[in-house]
Order: sequence, then C-alpha cells, then structure tokens
Amino acid sequence: MLREGRDSYWKEKAASVIEKRAEPGTLYDAKALEDARKGAKQWEEKVLGPWMKTGGGAGAERQTASGIPLKPMYTPADVKDADYAAEGFPGVFPYIRGVYPDMYRGRTWTMRMFSGYGAPEDTNARLKLLLGHGETGLSVAFDMPTLYGYDCDHERAHGEVGRCGVNVSSLRDMEVIFAGIPLDKVSTSMTINAPATVLTCMYAGVARKQKVPVAGLRGTVQADMLKEYIAQKEWVYPPEAHLRLVRDLMLYCTREMPLWNYISISGYHIREAGSSAVQELAFTLADGFGYVELGKEAGLKVGEFAPRLSFFFNSTMDFFEEIAKFRAARRIWATVLKEKYGVTDKRSLLMRFHTQTSGASLTWQQPLNNIVRTAIEGLAAVLGGTQSLHTNSYDEAWALPTEQAVQVALRTQQVIAEETGVPNVIDPLGGSYYVEWLTEQMEEEAYKYFERIEAAGGLLKAVKSGYLQREIAENSYRLSRRVEEGEDNIVGVNKYAVQEKEPIDTLKIDFKAQRSQVERLEKVKRERDRAKVGRALGSLRRAFESEDVNSIYPMMESVMSYATLGEIVSVGREVWGTYKEPQIL
Amino acid sequence: MPKMGRSTRKIRILVAKPGLDGHDRGVLVLARAFRDAGMEVIYIGLLPSPEEVAQMAVDEDVDVVALSLLNGAHMTAFPKVKKRLDALGGKRIAVVGGGIIPDEDKPKLMKLGITGLFGPGSSLQEIVEHVRGRVERERRRD
Repeated sequence: MLREGRDSYWKEKAASVIEKRAEPGTLYDAKALEDARKGAKQWEEKVLGPWMKTGGGAGAERQTASGIPLKPMYTPADVKDADYAAEGFPGVFPYIRGVYPDMYRGRTWTMRMFSGYGAPEDTNARLKLLLGHGETGLSVAFDMPTLYGYDCDHERAHGEVGRCGVNVSSLRDMEVIFAGIPLDKVSTSMTINAPATVLTCMYAGVARKQKVPVAGLRGTVQADMLKEYIAQKEWVYPPEAHLRLVRDLMLYCTREMPLWNYISISGYHIREAGSSAVQELAFTLADGFGYVELGKEAGLKVGEFAPRLSFFFNSTMDFFEEIAKFRAARRIWATVLKEKYGVTDKRSLLMRFHTQTSGASLTWQQPLNNIVRTAIEGLAAVLGGTQSLHTNSYDEAWALPTEQAVQVALRTQQVIAEETGVPNVIDPLGGSYYVEWLTEQMEEEAYKYFERIEAAGGLLKAVKSGYLQREIAENSYRLSRRVEEGEDNIVGVNKYAVQEKEPIDTLKIDFKAQRSQVERLEKVKRERDRAKVGRALGSLRRAFESEDVNSIYPMMESVMSYATLGEIVSVGREVWGTYKEPQIL
Repeated sequence: MPKMGRSTRKIRILVAKPGLDGHDRGVLVLARAFRDAGMEVIYIGLLPSPEEVAQMAVDEDVDVVALSLLNGAHMTAFPKVKKRLDALGGKRIAVVGGGIIPDEDKPKLMKLGITGLFGPGSSLQEIVEHVRGRVERERRRD
C-alpha cells in the first residue's frame, strides 16, 4: 500500500464483498428471504404506490452524505448474506460489533476534551478545570507556530502565538502546562504531527523531572504524517523525512515507552478537509496499512507495534452513515491485518479509536443550534463503539471555546452516558437491515478506493502527486455546491436563516501570550548551558544525516538541555529541506 | 497597453492564505467557485508569508487578492498584505478577505480597504458578486 507495486489483494477483496452479497448467508433461509423480497415488492406496489398518488413524499431520490443512493426502506433481502455465527459478537474477530466483550457495560468511553490556548499557564488552568469537572483524559491543542516547528520569537510566529492552541517553544513550557498534574495518574493525548517526536521527548522530559518512570507513561501523540500531506497540511519536511522520523519514534517507543500510542491514525482531518465518509474511511485505513508496512520495513514484527496504533475518526451529521463507517472500519482493519499482514496476535487486530464531533458541521449562524448537532454526532460515535470522545463546543465556529461552552459540551456526552440508556446494550444497531447494509456498502467502497490508490502508484506516490488531495477537494466543492443549490440544507445557514448579530460571548485571546512566551524563551536561552545545547544538536544532526541511527535518543538529549523546538526542527530543515505541496487546483 | 487590457479582460484573482494555516478547505472551494464564475484563478499554495502574497499579486498583475485565514491571525496578516501591496505599487489591487473574523475586527480591516470579510456559511454567489463589484469599482476609477 505504501510503496509502488501492485497487489491484487485489494481488488479481490472488493470483488469478494460484492460476491458475498449475492450469496445467502446463514441467518435467513431461502424461504424467509423470498418472503421478505416478495413482501417488500408487494408493499411497494400495494401500499407505498397508492399512498404516493395521494401526495406522499417518499418517492424523491435520497442519498447518504457520501452519495450512496438509498431505498425508502430496508429488509432482510438487503442483508441476505448475513452470517451471524461468523460476525455476531463483540470482542471477537472481526470485531464489527465492538472491540471489547463488555463495551460500555464495563466502562464508558473516555471523555477527552481537546483544549489548549494562550500561554502554558492558561492551558494548565484549563486542564485542571476539566479534571475537576470529571474529565478522564487530557488532550492538548497546540498553536500554529508549535505545529509548524517555529519558536514563539520567530518572524513567522508573529500574531499567531497561543491563538489556536497553547504555545510550546521549549521543555520549560511543557513543565508549566503539566505543573501539578502527576503524569503517572493521567493519560494525555497531544495533537501534534510534524514535531511529534520533539513533543514526545518533552513530555518524557517533564516525567523525568516529576520522577515518573518514562516506561509507564500513557498517552498519544498524533504523529500521523501521511494525513498531514493528505488533509491537515501541517508539515515541515518532505514525506520521506517525516516517515523516517515516524519510524524512529516507533522503534524508540517500542523499547522505551511501551504504553505510549505513538501514532493516532487520523481520519478526522481528512473529513474536516471536505472528504466524504467513504473517503475518510478509505484514506485513513490506507494510512494505517502504510504505517504497518513502515514498521515492518524497520524490522519490527506487526504484533510488536500494531497494538500501539490507534485511530481517530470524525463524527458528523449523517447519523447512520457515520455509525456504518465505524463498524466497517473495525471489520476492515481486523480482516486485512489478519489476511494480508499475517497477524495472529489478537491485540493487534483491535481497532481502538477516538472520535471527535465535526467542527466543520458547526455553524457560525445561530450557534446554540450546535449543541444539538454535537449531541447527535456524539451519539453516533457511541453507537459506533468509540473508545474515547471529544464533543465540540457550540461557539467553536466563532473562536476557541469559553469555559461555559466547554462545560456544556462535556455535559452533552455525560448525558449520553448517564441518562439515555444507550451504553446498556452492546452495538444496539447491529441487526438493523439498513445499518448492516450500509456497513457493507462502506466496506465495499473502501476496498475500491484501496485498489485505486494502488493503481495511482501506492500511498506515498498518491500523496506526492496530489491525487488524494484532489479527490477531497472535489468532494468538498460538491458539498458546497449542494448547499448553495439547496440540495442539502443546513439549519440557520441556507434554511431558517435570520439576521445575525454576535449573540454569544466568545473567548478573546490577546497578545499577552506572545509577550510572556518570548520573555520566557529569552530567559531559557540565557540560563541554559550553551555548550551542552551545541553538543546535543550536533549529535542530532549526525543522527539525521545517517539513515540507520535512531534520532530520538539525541533528540531527547537536546530537549533536556533546553534546546528549543525551533532549533531542533531547524536541524532537520537544514538536512532535509522543506516541502512544497503538489498543485491541487 | 497593459492598462487597456486590464479594464476589459477576465478578472484575475489571487487566492491565498497568508500565514501558518493549513485549513485550505474554504480556499480551495472558493478557488473553484471563482474559476466556475469565469475568473482566472491563481492559488499559490500553503504557507506563504504576507509579503510573499503581496509580491505574487503584483508579479501576476492580478485585479484582486482574496485572503482567507481561519487561525485567528487575520488582524496581523491581512493588514501586512495590504501594506506591502501599497508599497509595491499595487494600490489598485482590491483586497477581499474571509475566515473567522469577529465583528469588532471588521471596521479596522474595512478602514484599510479590506472588504468582504465573509464568515463561515457565506453563499458562494454572494462572494463572487462582491469580488466582481470591487473589481468594477476599481476599473471605473481608471
């Protein structure tokens, strides 16, 4: 999948999903299926038809958000290949009904609210507030300079420090973010990609200072560089260089930080960039297979690292398509790892994923309506069997969220967990003719995309040629046109719109963070041992220049000597250069 | 000669995100919408500095620069583009903008001649019309 070289596996899988659908499975006998088919036909002719003549509206063409055409109703005839014994149980291959035998009956999902803004002190206060409100896992957002590997005093950082997340320029900032938060008691997710190796070293550095054993650290860095080129577009170096850093991180963590999830394979941003549910599913899983191949190339056994790969999906407004997407994702991952990559270790087959409700679905208009959207999207994620969930705040089309808005968002998932009864039964939509049919559709469409990616020369080439980016941009334009033409409606935007005025209080971020961050950075630079920094960065450069050395060890030394994020990332810029994206338009 | 051509030719528009902001969904949709509306669209890709955007606008002899930022840095980046454009002799190039722009920021940007300031969910048609209107006004001034 990652490199060039056709593999007929993907094509055969797509064909076998279609073939399988033509065959009756074990759940229904021939007569029951025939009765269902006849019954549906009769219903259409004798009940629906006459009803429509009286002016009923079921006749209009409908489709899912991905464009899959829909019938008015589904019956056993649409899922005739269902094979209950082979697919019917949670915690059992191929895990379509969930990765754990007890799912939320044992423990509800982790409520993990993404947060971070301003200076490290601001974020430290927000994290403590969330822990105080019953949040069970931390999740840190970084600002743009940090995401692109620039220090707060760099010219490119001007005006951007602390605006979309917290600024981190050196280990000192991480010490402040986690001050008073014992790292052996929490798990922390950090949404960081291009400089993920540096931030992992910094987190480990804070642990060392807190005297917490690094081997016991629990958490996640995103480090999914493939999706950066595909969708989020926060890269520094060319793809080969970033993949090499990911490889180093895989090797390092396998040895030193065995509980650290060092790649969170992310469909979230692929979806936010304008892809369909099908594209999100296919491109994310293709990335996942890419990392499996990368780990194998590095000499690791799949069973050694696959349990540390986790996924991150979007949940947006086409309720059933989202649920079908989550179910299909689990089945494809387990199936392909077993069949194609020969994995036997059970933990490697489990697709564990985090979900965030869709930021792009939030409207700037009538922002309180976003609470409703988030509740529906959060419910879809839970019905889809997510392991953790971030629910967006209603004011996020305007600004980073206020404390009040974050609290409503957290309460939204607490209401789903505590009041709805949904967690009581595992995969409650399993067996729905529609959901089961749609799950198979998603699966089939994903395999077709895998084959197209192979035909485009493999994942790396498809990324560098801009093929995947153009596929997403086309879909995004299609969606915008549909709203523009009124084929899709968004409440408060192209339907039920009112004259807007700024109706809510939003979080204002001033330039204080920029000033205080630059001051702190200057102090760090004054007080550190310059010779030590120089030596550490020198060995980091030698590691970068040699393909076979693991660069994380000298990077850790650089971080501990208070070399800054910008200094460390710049060493790579000098060795590998920067990246210019392909033409997408 | 170029001046005559300029007043009757197809609208040339540069779409750009002048900063550390990879959120290109909106800008790519807009680029397609401008193209479908018959404009010549130049998209310079991600991560140019405001100064590079201004330079490119002048080099490419465009009628309009359309700026988009979703990272909250518009109050720094948009004025920088405009200032640099003016310094490079590109005063007649119209500057329009969009993104997540709070109401309180709008008067300051408008005063600099940066108009539109479209937020999320704006109609593509409305944005296209605004760009056409700005260009027509500039052309009448010639």
